[in-house]
Amino acid sequence: MKTASKPPAVLPPAAVGAPEAPRSAGRRNGGVSRRRPADQFRAYAFLAGGLLCFALFSWYPAIRAVVIAFQKYTPGSGGEWVGTANFTRVFHDPEFTAAWRNTLTFTVLALLIGFAVPFVTALVLNELRHAKAFFRVVVYLPVMIPPVVSALLWKWFYDPGAGLANETLRALHLPTSNWSNGADTALVSLVIVATWANLGGTVLIYLAALQSIPGELYEAAELDGASLLQRIRHVTIPQTRFIILMLMLLQIIATMQVFTEPFVITGGGPEDKTVTVLYLIYKYAFLYNDFGGACALSVMLLVLLSAFSALYLRLTRSEGEDA
Amino acid sequence: MSTRTLISPLTLARPRGRALYWTVFGGVVLLFALAFLFPVYWMVTGAMKSPDEVTRTPPTLVPEHWHLAGYTDAWDLMDLPTHLWNTVVQATGAWLLQLVFCTAAAYALSKLRPAFGKVILGGILATLMVPAQALVVPKYLTVADLPVLHTSLLNSPLGIWLPAVANAFNLYLLKRFFDQIPRDVLEAAEIDGAGKLRTLWSIVLPMSRPVLGVVSIFALVAVWQDFLWPLMVFSDTDKQPISVALVQLSQNIQLTVLIAAMVIASIPMVVMFLVFQRHIIAGISAGSTKG
Repeated sequence: MKTASKPPAVLPPAAVGAPEAPRSAGRRNGGVSRRRPADQFRAYAFLAGGLLCFALFSWYPAIRAVVIAFQKYTPGSGGEWVGTANFTRVFHDPEFTAAWRNTLTFTVLALLIGFAVPFVTALVLNELRHAKAFFRVVVYLPVMIPPVVSALLWKWFYDPGAGLANETLRALHLPTSNWSNGADTALVSLVIVATWANLGGTVLIYLAALQSIPGELYEAAELDGASLLQRIRHVTIPQTRFIILMLMLLQIIATMQVFTEPFVITGGGPEDKTVTVLYLIYKYAFLYNDFGGACALSVMLLVLLSAFSALYLRLTRSEGEDA
Repeated sequence: MSTRTLISPLTLARPRGRALYWTVFGGVVLLFALAFLFPVYWMVTGAMKSPDEVTRTPPTLVPEHWHLAGYTDAWDLMDLPTHLWNTVVQATGAWLLQLVFCTAAAYALSKLRPAFGKVILGGILATLMVPAQALVVPKYLTVADLPVLHTSLLNSPLGIWLPAVANAFNLYLLKRFFDQIPRDVLEAAEIDGAGKLRTLWSIVLPMSRPVLGVVSIFALVAVWQDFLWPLMVFSDTDKQPISVALVQLSQNIQLTVLIAAMVIASIPMVVMFLVFQRHIIAGISAGSTKG
C-alpha cells in the first residue's frame, strides 16, 4: 500500500498521457493531451454532482466564515460591514477566555491520557498470544456506540447519588467525588469520557504499527543486554515515532473541536468550567443569534486548526516520500 | 508461529515467564471486561430494573426482576420508531449519494482528465485541512438559504445528504484506488465498445469492491454518529435523528426509559460492527501503514 499510494504515483499518468496514445486526438498537439470538447463535457458530467456539493458546502462556507466575521449578519436580510467589531466584542466576552482555556486544557489532558493509555494498552496487547480478535473487538466496541449515548451513559455514571462512579469508590472505601458536577473535576471527567469512547481506534493503529517493527531489532537489543524498559525506549518508541506524532496531531485537531461531551454532560458548567470554543460558537449562533461573533470565533479556530492540519499533511507527505 | 515482539519466545517458554504471561493475560481480560464490557452490561441491565431499583444505593448487580417495560416504554413514549427511521433515511441517503457522486467524481479525476482537474483535486484536498466542525455555522447559514435557489434545506434530509457528498476523505480514497487500475484494462473495455459509464459500472466498480466497502462503512457510521450538524439542521422534533432526539428528550424522562432508549440507539451500529468487525478492524489497521 505504501509504495502504491505515494503522491507521485497519482500524478504522472495524467501529466504524461502516454498509455492512451493509440486513439488520443491530443497526441498530435505536442504531448500535452488536449481532449475533444465531447470528452471534456463527459468528464465534467461525471464531476458535476460532487463538484457542486463541494462548492456549496465546503468552499463557499469557508469564504463566508471570513466575510461574515466582519459583518453584522441577520439571516434573511443579509450582512452589514462592521469592521473588526465582532472580534473586539468576542475578545471582551469573559467566556472567550474561559472557552480557550478549557479547550486547551482539555486538549493537553486528552493528549496525556489519550497517548499514554492507548500506547500502553497496545504494547501489552501486542505481547499477548491468545484471544487477539476478542481484545480487538472489545477495545473498539465503545467507538461504535454513538457519542451521544456514551455521553449520556457517563453522565449517569457521574451522578453524585446513585452513579456507578461514586458507588465504586464507596465500595472500595474511597472518598467520593463530584465528577462532572465539580468545578475542579468537571473537565477531567469529560476527558475520561472522550478517552473511553475513542481509545479503540488509537489502540488498533498503534497495534498495527507495533506489528511492523522487525523482530531482529528486539533480538539484537536483547543480545546487547537491553532490559525490557530499555527495549521499549530504544527500539519500540523510535520505530513508532512517526505514527505517535501523527496520532497526536490528529488528536489535537479532534479534541480542539470537542462539543458533544460538554454539551450533553455538563451543559458547559459548572459556571463556565467546561465551555469549549465550539460550544461557544454554537452559543453565539443559536442562543445569542450573533452570527458575526460566531463566525469571528470560527475563523480563529480555523486558523489555529489549519496550522496543525498543514503540519500533519506536511509530515505525512515527507514520510511518504522517504518510504 | 508469530513474529518476535518485545518479549522473546524463549523467556515466555520458561516456567516463570509462562506464569507471568498468564497472570498478565488474566489481568488484561479482567480489565477489558471491567472497562469496556461492564458499562455496556450496566446499561442493558439498568434499563431492565424497576425505576427505584435503578437509583438504589448500593446498586444491585443483577436486576431483581427483569422488566421489559423500560424498552417498550422507550419505544412508545420517546417515539423511537420515528427517530430510528429518520436516522436510517438520513444515513442511507447520505451513503447512496456519496457512493454515486464521489465515485463519479473520483473516476473523472482519475481517468477522464478534465481540464483544471489538478486545480479541482487541490481544492478538494484543501478541505481536508479545514476541520469540518469549525465551519458549521457558515455551513448552516448556507443550508438555511441556498445561494441562487434561495430555498432552505433545514428540517429536510437533503440538509444531511448533500453536505455529506462533500467528503474529501472518501473521494480521495476512491481516487487513489482508481489510480491503481491499469489503463489497459479500461482501454480494452472501450475497444469492445463500452462507454465511460459502462466502463465505470462493469469494470471499475467490480474491481473496487474493497474500497467501496470501506467508504460505505465510513459514510454510514459518520451520519449515524453525528450530533452537532443534525442538531442544527433539525429543529423539528419529528424530523430529528435518534442522537438529537435522545439528548432533547433526556431532560424530562424516567431514567430507565432513557437508558433503554440509549441501548436501542446503539444496537444498529454495534450489530453492524460485530458483523463486519474483521473488515472494519483490518481497514483501520491498514490506514495506519498507509500514512
